[in-house]
Parts: sequence; C-alpha cells; structure tokens
Amino acid sequence: MDQHQALLTYCLRRGDDNLILSHRLGEWCGHGPQLEEDIALTNRALDLIGQARNYLQYAAEVEGKGRTEDDLAFLRSERQFVNTMLVEQLNGDYAHTICRSFLYDAWHLPLQQALTKSADERIAAIAGKAVKEVSYHLRTSSEWMIRFGDGTEESHVRAQTALDALWTFTGDLFVQDDVDAILVKAGVVPDMAPIRSAFDKTVETVLAEATLERPVDGHMATGGRQGKHSEHLGYLLAEMQYLQRAHPGAQW
Amino acid sequence: MTDVKTLEDVFQAKVDAEQKIEPKDWMPDAYRKNLVRQISQHAHSEVVGMLPEGNWIGRAPSLRRKAILLAKVQDEAGHGLYLYSAVETLGTSREKTNDDLNSGKAKYSSIFNYPTLTWADIGAVGWLVDGAAIMNQVMLCRTSYGPYARAMVRICKEESFHQRQGYEIMGVLAKGTPEQREMAQDALNRWWWPSLMMFGPSDADSPHSAQSMKWKIKRQSNDELRQIFIDRTVQQAEVIGLTIPDPELKWNEETKHYDWGEIDWTEFNNVIAGNGPCNRERLAARNKAHSEGAWVRDAAMAYAAKKAKKKQAA
Ligand SMILES: [Fe+2]
Ligand SMILES: [Fe+2]
Ligand SMILES: [Fe+2]
Repeated sequence: MDQHQALLTYCLRRGDDNLILSHRLGEWCGHGPQLEEDIALTNRALDLIGQARNYLQYAAEVEGKGRTEDDLAFLRSERQFVNTMLVEQLNGDYAHTICRSFLYDAWHLPLQQALTKSADERIAAIAGKAVKEVSYHLRTSSEWMIRFGDGTEESHVRAQTALDALWTFTGDLFVQDDVDAILVKAGVVPDMAPIRSAFDKTVETVLAEATLERPVDGHMATGGRQGKHSEHLGYLLAEMQYLQRAHPGAQW
Repeated sequence: MTDVKTLEDVFQAKVDAEQKIEPKDWMPDAYRKNLVRQISQHAHSEVVGMLPEGNWIGRAPSLRRKAILLAKVQDEAGHGLYLYSAVETLGTSREKTNDDLNSGKAKYSSIFNYPTLTWADIGAVGWLVDGAAIMNQVMLCRTSYGPYARAMVRICKEESFHQRQGYEIMGVLAKGTPEQREMAQDALNRWWWPSLMMFGPSDADSPHSAQSMKWKIKRQSNDELRQIFIDRTVQQAEVIGLTIPDPELKWNEETKHYDWGEIDWTEFNNVIAGNGPCNRERLAARNKAHSEGAWVRDAAMAYAAKKAKKKQAA
C-alpha cells in the first residue's frame, strides 16, 4: 500500500464513522424522550453528516476517479464500509444511544484535536472545524451519562447495562493497521497511544461522577476497519441506499 | 368595582388600535381559551408533522438532501417549543398541553394523518403543506396576542426555506427520469386536495372565524388565504411542468383569480374524526415516545434535585 491509497482509506474511515452514526441518530427524529432531545439529537446528526461529507468529498478527490460523495455513500456495499463497529449498533433505549455517543465522542475529540496538526492541510482544516462541534458533543453526552448514572435507580441500571453491552466495541476504535502506520510516519495522522490515554481519562472521570463502573476489557469485537461488521450494518445500508440503488444514475 | 363590560371595551379598543395584548393584560376568558386552543393545536401540528417527514430521513437519496431534511425536521421541533412556550404564557402548562395531545383530546393539523409514501412526498409536503402553512403564519405575524405574533415572526423565516426546499425537490424530480416524474405527479395528486383543506372549512361553515376576526387573532378568512395559495401554487406547478389534479381549475378573467373544483368535505371531516390513513399511528408514536421517555425525564429531574440539594448543603 502506498501513501495515496492509505490516505483514501483513512478518509473513508472517518467519513463512514460519522455518516453511520448520523444515520442512527436520525432514526430518533420525532421519537425522542422530549422535544429538547429531538433537537439535540438532530443537531448532533447534522454536525456528523457535515463532517462525513467533508471526509467523503476529500476521499472522492483523492481517489480521482470521478466519483462523488454520494457515490461513496450510496453505492458501496457492506464489505466496503470501513466505519468502526460501535457506530452501527442499534439505538436501543435512550441510555444505549447516549452511551454509544459518549464512547464515540470520548475517542473522537482527542482524535480530531490531534488531526488539527495533520501534515495534510485539508485534514487539518476539516478537523479544525470539527473540534468545536465534537467538544460540544462530548460535553452533552457526558452530562447525560452523569444524569443517568446518578439520577434514579432505573436510569443507573439502564446506563450500566448499556455501557456493559457497548464496551466490547471500544476496542475497534483503537485498532491500528498499515493505513495508520504509513500515515503516522508521514505526520498525517496521530499515533493512537495518546488518544487512548485521553479516552481512558475521560471515561474514568465521567464514570466516577456518574457512579458507574468501567467494564473490564474482555473480548473486544473488531473488524470494522476491514469491512467486517455486525449484521446490523447491512440493514442500515439497505435502507439508506435504496433510492440510489433503485434509480441508477438519477439526480435528486 | 370595574365591570367586565368596561374591561372588555378597553381590551377591544386596544385590539382595534393594533396594540398587542400581552400575557399580563386583562383579556376575555373566551379570548384566552380560543388562543390556547389555536396555539396548542398549532404546536401539536409542528410536532406531529415531524413524523411523516422523519419517515424519510433514513432514506433520503443524497447526503445533501439528508442534511436538509434533518435541518427541516429540527426546525419543526423548535417551532413546537416556541409555541408551547406561548401557550404557557396563557397559564396552561406544557405537560397539560402535551397530555391533551396524547389522549386525543386536542387536535393537530389533519394533513399529518396522510402517509409519506415516496420520496416525492417529502417534496410535496415542503412545497404544499409548508406552503399552505406559511399563508396562515404570515397572517399570524400580525395576530393580536404578542407572544404568538413574535413566535410567528421567528417561525416564518424558517418556513419559507421549508417551502423552497420542497419545491426544489419536486422540480428536480419533474425533470428527472420517467419514474421520478411519475413519482412527483403522483405526490402532487395525493397532496393537493388535503393541502387545500388545511385552510379549514369555507367561511360560511367556519365556526370560530367571525369572533377570531373581531379579536384580530385571525386577520384573513379561510377562503381568502386558500385563494392566494391556489393562485400562487398553480403558477409554480406550471413552471416545473406538473399538473394540478383538478379538471375544473381555470383562470377567471373577471376576478383575476383561479376558480377551482369542489373540495370533498366528507373526507376532511372523516380524517378529523380520526379515520384518516395514519391517525392511529401518529398518536401511537407520540404516546410511545412520551411513555418510553418517562424514565429519561425522571432521571434528569432526580439528578437536578440532588445537585440543588448538594449546593444548598455546601
Ligand atoms: Fe410545518
Ligand atoms: Fe413549522
Ligand atoms: Fe415547516
């Protein structure tokens, strides 16, 4: 693999993470626990789809085969999506949805902060814009984790259950392969070790305040970066891509 | 003692002089009731309206369309919030207003009891439903109750974007593939008449209208607004080459307006009575969101109470 190929894959990974999570959050629209949360969730979904578009547009340019952001989003299949497995997990109850976002945000923020110093100017610019949004995401998802953990008995149990169920997918966030190795060497992307420490620190602080317990690192589900997903992704793509697939070449 | 007659005279004089009525001002009971009914209905319509549109967020055909639709539905949630606050200024709590929706006691715009069957319906809803709503809302920017009028000014700015994006979707489909064109025409066929019904019964049969006009809650009659909407929309349909599904529609040289066919009021009344295609689904979805969200709201309250207690102790 050369650096060009690595850069393309990296942009797809970032784009897919944000796109798939945005799609999941959009599923709540009109069904949230209160109107304020409908607004907060769509806000998050909008930020993430914006970031997804930035990365997929860049991916399309890097690829240089005339494909567009929409070709990449709507015409790749299950095995070609390279998002982390965490984001494709089902919404579940509101504790699951919040917890999924919290774990993602706790990783996403230090990553985007580090990417602002990328040797690739385009990535640095995308990250620069994303940092403000993602800081806000992490703040609000942390606040909800704390409210749930230290709220009622029921919310505490729900939050702990969600955390226990989702923890196995946090391993996939930190997987590093050739793509990362090449780009780390070129100064385009950061090493994962400091991102991992930042993640651990956030999780520790928030869970302590939430009186929740950090699950033990048992078996970790990985494979998203290689396009090996949970069964949920296929259904998500079937829904998301249906119109583009049913009307090849049509404009919308 | 000041008698009610005098207070009512003062109130009406204020309305006639185009001064806004504010929450602390004296107002006739019936005025307050009428406003609570109308504003809460309006708020519920914003919120229930999120359901047929939210239905297509997952299937929006491009990233740009997905983002626009998310933003639009988010706006509608915001409109619901402003309006529930306006109802609160009249002394009715958001819980009570929301309970009345969930129990089926309160009404919302009947248009949202129709299903969004294809992507073109998202275009039709923006173009026709938001388009019809704007007519009403522009008028309501001048309504006599201050908080309602001010909420409307904020809302109207966003509504015109909603109407434009819907019309744009229809325009793109209308000049797309034969299947897309058919999808667009079919959506127009299904949404046209229900959109005309959004303006409410003909003036002759409109129970609340006369009093609302006197109080300047309403400023234009149902039929006047419907006429403006038809005149404008017929021309827009022509521009993108779609056909309004009304064989009796024709330009009237004398009145300088379009004449149109008879609205099927039996259907209208039937949908209002709860027998539209999606009445049950819509109400069930709102009730499900509310009951499944109960533990979330409880947790937030319990946590806030704990925090306040700690702060007091410190
Ligand atoms: Fe609306
Ligand atoms: Fe609205
Ligand atoms: Fe709207």
